[in-house]
Amino acid sequence: MGVIRVAAALSLVAGEGAVAPFGPAAPCSPAKAGVQTGEAVGMPYRPAGCGPTLSELFAATSRDGGWTGFLLPQVNSARPLLWVQERMAVLQSGRIYPPGLPSRDLIHVEARDARGALWAMEEGLRCGALAAVIGELWGDSKVLDFTATRRLAVAAERSGVACWLVRLGGTANLSGARMRWRVASAPSLANGLDPRAPGAPAWDAELFRARGRPPGRWMLNNDSGAFDLVTEPGDRALGEGERRTA
Amino acid sequence: MALTIEGAHGPVIHAVTSAAAGQGARPGMRLTDARTLHPELIAVPADPAGDEAALRRLARWALRWSPLVEVDGADGLRLDVGGVAHLFGGEAGLIADVEERFEALGLTLRSAVAATAGAAWALARYYDPSPLAGEGGARRAAVGGRGERELAVRLAPLPVAALRLSSPATRTLERLGLKTIGALAGIERRSLARRFREADNPLDALDRALGRKLEPLTAEPVEVPPRATLRLAEPVDHPEAGAQALNVLVPRLVAELEARKLGARTLSLAGFRVDGSVASASVATAIPSRDPAHLARLLTDKAETLDPRFGFDAFALTAEWSEPLGAAQSSLVEESTGELEVARLIDRLSVKLGPRAVRRPQARGSHLPEQASGWVGAVANGLSPLSRRGVGQRGFAVPAPLSLPPFHGSFPPPQGGEGVRKLPQRLLDQPEVIAVIYSTPEGVPRRFVWRRGVHDIARVEGPERIAPEWWRQAPGARLRDYYRVEDDVGRRYWIYREGVIGDGRGRDQQGIAPMWFLHGLFG
Repeated sequence: MGVIRVAAALSLVAGEGAVAPFGPAAPCSPAKAGVQTGEAVGMPYRPAGCGPTLSELFAATSRDGGWTGFLLPQVNSARPLLWVQERMAVLQSGRIYPPGLPSRDLIHVEARDARGALWAMEEGLRCGALAAVIGELWGDSKVLDFTATRRLAVAAERSGVACWLVRLGGTANLSGARMRWRVASAPSLANGLDPRAPGAPAWDAELFRARGRPPGRWMLNNDSGAFDLVTEPGDRALGEGERRTA
Repeated sequence: MALTIEGAHGPVIHAVTSAAAGQGARPGMRLTDARTLHPELIAVPADPAGDEAALRRLARWALRWSPLVEVDGADGLRLDVGGVAHLFGGEAGLIADVEERFEALGLTLRSAVAATAGAAWALARYYDPSPLAGEGGARRAAVGGRGERELAVRLAPLPVAALRLSSPATRTLERLGLKTIGALAGIERRSLARRFREADNPLDALDRALGRKLEPLTAEPVEVPPRATLRLAEPVDHPEAGAQALNVLVPRLVAELEARKLGARTLSLAGFRVDGSVASASVATAIPSRDPAHLARLLTDKAETLDPRFGFDAFALTAEWSEPLGAAQSSLVEESTGELEVARLIDRLSVKLGPRAVRRPQARGSHLPEQASGWVGAVANGLSPLSRRGVGQRGFAVPAPLSLPPFHGSFPPPQGGEGVRKLPQRLLDQPEVIAVIYSTPEGVPRRFVWRRGVHDIARVEGPERIAPEWWRQAPGARLRDYYRVEDDVGRRYWIYREGVIGDGRGRDQQGIAPMWFLHGLFG
């Protein structure tokens, strides 16, 4: 059933210590999430099923900033956040704007190229005091290969800091990321006050690869700060019918 | 040969070689007069700016002898060697070292060490040892005496011009027959004081030279920054030399910092090359630190970038900026390791990517969205953190930062109304022009073209009007009507129309319709 699948998926994304996007901050237990983590036992780093890890997120185009709203509620806001932007990403998709972000201790790095951005991300992942590391890369860079992503994944799992590698307009080539998302904006929900105005934002999120769990595709929205499952795509019109608000 | 500068009546001689001086050419003379005396005089235009820059470079190089070096006039360097001379085997040894190294550079110099700056100035410029017996004719540097009496004896044969007086005062004294400092010192003070009442007083100058009166420069004690130096017996020219020198320098500097209860904020590593030039690199830390491992890690990368060229023969590591740090702790935030870890992360990022690439947000008092949010370097260097102009605004003053800490909730939480957040999560550095179909003059937008892509607007909310800040912006700035729009696939943008038709501002004066801009992207 779709609802449970989503809960498991997003708990996985958020990881330990992060805001559970669905429901009260329930600890992510493998039994509840229904994820096989046996493979992780005895590994030198934290089990990939439950701990923070590297997730890759593909924005459909650089002109779609919707993924920012999808990502932010999943990051723990108590600790500092390192946000790395490649210069090309700043030019294409804009610089992050702190007044629009939830209040937090933010460190912004503007890297000249993908190499610098990856270095800064890895350096950030070695610092266990961060809430998360978010890195935005534009297009397909030569330095962003399997080895680079694998390094990030291992560093994230070793230090327990969630890492988000955001790819703007890139293709999904070989990657060491544990979870790979494709996120696009979806038409927002109805606005109760003004029918002509945009309502709560919604996303079409596709988890097309994840370790230890089947992929899936969901339509999500963010009303009053928590994630809601709207419907399975194609089942009903947006904003109608049952919504699971937790 | 002579160097000339352009005077009011043609070229004037600025400086001469000793050969030209032998033929009668003097600085200040007109070139035509000098040519009359000696027609073969070669004249080359002088480059005072270049000379000054060269002297400045020389001053930096002279830091190898003392941490306090001052450019003195157009042709002098003044070094405070108090407490330094013993490193070179006394004052005579220091002078010998200075002369040897200047000679190696091919520079002639006149040097002197004295208890006061005035006496050193006088001895260096006017002391002529050749007539003295037992000196063997070789030019030897003057080493002034310690006590006042000894100093007076040394200075007595020098002309009064050595007192750094202006030329009218010197001329007056010479006309009075007081040609030497000794003659001046023999005159009763009261009669001299009556004649010279201006600032240019020979009594004052005499007192300063003899140490009876403090010089303003030395009156203020300057705190010497913590510094560690390493002198090499042989020049080294391999690139790892700097990194290896750190193995010695960092523990020495940390020991000094510990003794003075300081933590370093800015460190600079200087490599002194054999040819007299200096290569330097500096790093900054976010919080004061004297942890040898951390400092060494920050410096190692920088040290490898120092280009040895012909080889380094000395290194100096200076804590240019340090802050108090208690004796027991190696850092300010010993207990909360999280903050320390983040500060160290910032240090590492800033060293590698540059301090301008690593920044933290700072709220500012402005209505304009791009001005309301500024960025400050995460390694706040305190020198010019706010001197940067606001992004996307040309020539306007940057609004003052709000009196809030630069992080930890410096922005009020976004006002989430029904549906969309009020402010976008991403902002373009420079608002981009878009072509918009809308009903004039103030209708809502229907469709826009951004970067050659057509966006049909499905939903729109607005306008939210932001008036220009007349107290800060240039006159003629236009208002902005912001709209939150959502296109047919759900992407949400923040666009604005600049001005309204008929407001008589900006381009409207030429009859051009208001322009639309895309400014932000909503998440």
